Amino acid sequence: MAGPIVELKGVSKRFVKGLDAAARLAAKLGANVREEVVHAVDRVDLAVNEGEVVGLVGESGCGKSTLGRIVAGILPQSDGEMLYRGRKLSDLPDRERIRAALAVQMIFQDPFASLNPRMRVADIIGEAPLHHGLTDGANAETYVDETMRRVGLDPGYKRRYPHQFSGGQRQRIGIARALAVKPEFVVCDESVAALDVSIQAQILNLFIELRRQLNLTYLFISHDLGVVRHLSDRVVIMYLGRVVEEGTTDELFARPNHPYTVALLGEIPRLDTRKRVFAPVKGEIPSPLNPPSGCHFHPRCPHAMARCKTEAPALREIAPGRRSSCHLNDAT
Amino acid sequence: MTAATLSVENLETHFFTKAGVLKAVNDVSFEVRQGKILGLVGESGSGKSVTGFSIMGLVDPPGRIVGGRVRFKGQDIVGMPEDQIRKLRGNRIAMIFQDPMMTLNPVLKVETQMIEAVQAHDSVDRKTAWTRARDALGQVGIPSPEERLAAYPHQFSGGMRQRVAIAIALLNKPDLIVADEPTTALDVTIQGQILYEVQKLARETRTALIWITHDLSVVASLADEICVMYAGRIVERGSVDEVLDRPAHPYTAGLIGSVPSRNEKGKPLVQIPGVMPSMLNLPSGCAFRLRCSHADATCCDEPKPRGHLRQVRCCHPLAEIA
Repeated sequence: MAGPIVELKGVSKRFVKGLDAAARLAAKLGANVREEVVHAVDRVDLAVNEGEVVGLVGESGCGKSTLGRIVAGILPQSDGEMLYRGRKLSDLPDRERIRAALAVQMIFQDPFASLNPRMRVADIIGEAPLHHGLTDGANAETYVDETMRRVGLDPGYKRRYPHQFSGGQRQRIGIARALAVKPEFVVCDESVAALDVSIQAQILNLFIELRRQLNLTYLFISHDLGVVRHLSDRVVIMYLGRVVEEGTTDELFARPNHPYTVALLGEIPRLDTRKRVFAPVKGEIPSPLNPPSGCHFHPRCPHAMARCKTEAPALREIAPGRRSSCHLNDAT
Repeated sequence: MTAATLSVENLETHFFTKAGVLKAVNDVSFEVRQGKILGLVGESGSGKSVTGFSIMGLVDPPGRIVGGRVRFKGQDIVGMPEDQIRKLRGNRIAMIFQDPMMTLNPVLKVETQMIEAVQAHDSVDRKTAWTRARDALGQVGIPSPEERLAAYPHQFSGGMRQRVAIAIALLNKPDLIVADEPTTALDVTIQGQILYEVQKLARETRTALIWITHDLSVVASLADEICVMYAGRIVERGSVDEVLDRPAHPYTAGLIGSVPSRNEKGKPLVQIPGVMPSMLNLPSGCAFRLRCSHADATCCDEPKPRGHLRQVRCCHPLAEIA
């Protein structure tokens, strides 16, 4: 197998809400005010191999979107390293760095907010490849037409504005925009969450088809385990900024290891379970502003021990290609 | 057999817009009985929410109920004077909305809103109303309800806020609750908690429930009966097992096929081609025929509903209807 196309090593992202003037003054006078820090992503290691689809799953506030944005190069990380094909972006010469940045593209959740309403579809799709010299003025039209056809849009509509399209078609425009710069790696951040079931199936099929045609690698971020299971080769589960479990899709769904994964898989409503009795996991997702000590999951975990409150479990290999962070694995 | 708590007969709700008449709810009939859960399933724009609003008498102009009946315990509430509907709404019939921020007043404490809801329908003193509010919060699984009553809506998380909205719906022990996508905005584990509470409730209080959603899998695990809506009409109706195991309408079959877990991993999903047509410009005859692989010339005529309790509106049903 080829080496990882994108690799994260101990990547963290902190969002700091600074003190305002009044708070700074109060602090000078000895009041106990501190900056609020959110550890959105906490020392995450992640490697995505060429041609692979990795599903990144978690609930709101677990940092999955922040991680996706770091991978796509939209947000800088606070700590840690991101390697593209084994090399740090900052070490590359300018031209290669731009090439590497173009090779990683992102498709967003909201097809309404992620398209500029004042630009025509032809410009939304055609601007970046023209700027980066992937096409020239003379061929730009045909380039846009080809890209639109590839994602199932009629090129006859290219003079239109985004508001003239339905949700599913807009999502196709977003996909076309990402594909127009010929990426190798695409980060899909909840890219089908806003769509109706029948349209969602159409877009998922498009993702599968494009992967085959263009040999794409995906980081597929979603809260929908059904979608992730269908599409991914490998799944990474996050909880409050940390990776709690990782494994191949079949393994992880068949034998979840971490209690959070077990709870998450147990909660998915499925078509073939009728009139089931829900046995929900207790408690709410804690605020990332003030995460629980030790293992973040311990207040909701049915197996929590004294050790879980004080010591954060490390993400360790429990089987080849399978990692989990839970103290229960030490006992055996 | 007991009489239905709610029976909707040939309901028609139209919106009179500048661009023309939009038939959001078109000849819709169903019923729910005590302690039963009915899942009303459809995609955006299928008219499922407007059906819910019509039952509650909450359709605003330019919309109007132009035909049919909504019988609540035998009594027709369409065209009932507003002051009488107000006595039912929030009392005997309650609604839970998708966005709990829409239901709760952000500038009032939860207790103020809940006590008001009790006293609007029942002449009890503040103390009794407060006790009932506290019990309702406890019933939906909110920890330390006494303290939480004094909080404002923004101090609750999304899941907790939805529980407050459900508690308010429960305050007067209604006979019918209409829930419009109440868990769509919530995370999976929180959705599981809410579904658990709702199930318990329908079982314990014998409240009839209409659960409006786009998510077939939620309905599969929750409901007794399903109505599938498409372009303002109920295209298929029956028990959960019948509809999901032997779908008779090609649209229902397509919806079920679109659910990823039903498909072999990595293989293309069964997809319904095209998009839902504009409600202002529906094709003649069967509204689904332009997206349907079974369609032929007979579909240009309006399909008549076949069957009674197990019903389908299709010229070429995929399963036998008794």
